[in-house]
Amino acid sequence: MFDLSGKTALVTGATGGIGAAIARVLHRQGASVAISGTRAEVLEALKAELGERVHVLACNLGKSEEVEKLVPAAEAAMGSLDILVNNAGITRDGLAMRMKDEDWAQVLDVNLTAAFRLSRAAMRGMMKRRFGRIIGITSVVGVTGNAGQANYAASKAGMIGMTKALAQELASRNVTVNCIAPGFIATPMTDALNDKQKEAIIAKVPAGRLGTSDDVAAAALYLASAEAAYMTGQTLHVNGGMAMI
Amino acid sequence: MSDVAERVKKIVVEHLGVDAEKVNPEASFIDDLGADSLDTVELVMAFEEEFGIEIPDDAAETIQTVGDAVKFIEKSAA
Repeated sequence: MFDLSGKTALVTGATGGIGAAIARVLHRQGASVAISGTRAEVLEALKAELGERVHVLACNLGKSEEVEKLVPAAEAAMGSLDILVNNAGITRDGLAMRMKDEDWAQVLDVNLTAAFRLSRAAMRGMMKRRFGRIIGITSVVGVTGNAGQANYAASKAGMIGMTKALAQELASRNVTVNCIAPGFIATPMTDALNDKQKEAIIAKVPAGRLGTSDDVAAAALYLASAEAAYMTGQTLHVNGGMAMI
Repeated sequence: MSDVAERVKKIVVEHLGVDAEKVNPEASFIDDLGADSLDTVELVMAFEEEFGIEIPDDAAETIQTVGDAVKFIEKSAA
């Protein structure tokens, strides 16, 4: 099950913990993987780790001309694009009363608008070939909200709505569109928290631990697989039970 | 048949998987050739690519039959 031999995938934000884990698991299952992010040296290190079938495509999703070129570059490198993982995301947290227009716009641009534009670029080839997987990494916050993250929560909720619309448009062509909504995942960001802060977070998670990037990557592998053909327009919540939706 | 008509016919046959003899100028993409709304978008994009033209949305809506497409493309390319 979950064999991706001969498939081609693009993972944005592959410099982050979750993005790198997704790239690793898709690659391990046989896919060719284009990895994108802003830090070329981190991407090169991942490529060195994985070896064959890996293409580094440095890209800043905050710049619209770079967004424009990313899917064509992936298609040129791999011959086609079967699986798009819109994983890249940024935060510019702050209480709404103090949130600058710029912080709002930047988060929406990278997290939502770039995901839309990459999906639009990718769906054409997917429709023609009658196969495609578009996977968005959203967040539990997009469903529950979170104080201090009006911009981030809006972008992640927007991704869920967009996913449902695209899923309806593309279902007849065997292109599925789904989201994964991680809860609290152990990343360099959560490493910075002190033990007391971590305890407070874990107290809200029935599973009694933070999630791992691999927990999220396993869900991505399922959604990318041929086996998930009948799953579309959905959001998989990978959160240890902290929110049951 | 004009060169444009031939190329249009080829695209329609390829995209919709219909018999070439069904693709006459009066044939409606949706009613006669079994296209759905996504097919019509794909066809318009294929025409744009093939002929190097741009077909705006409001014009695309008026292209209902094979003949409509040929006429529009001949006019745009002229």
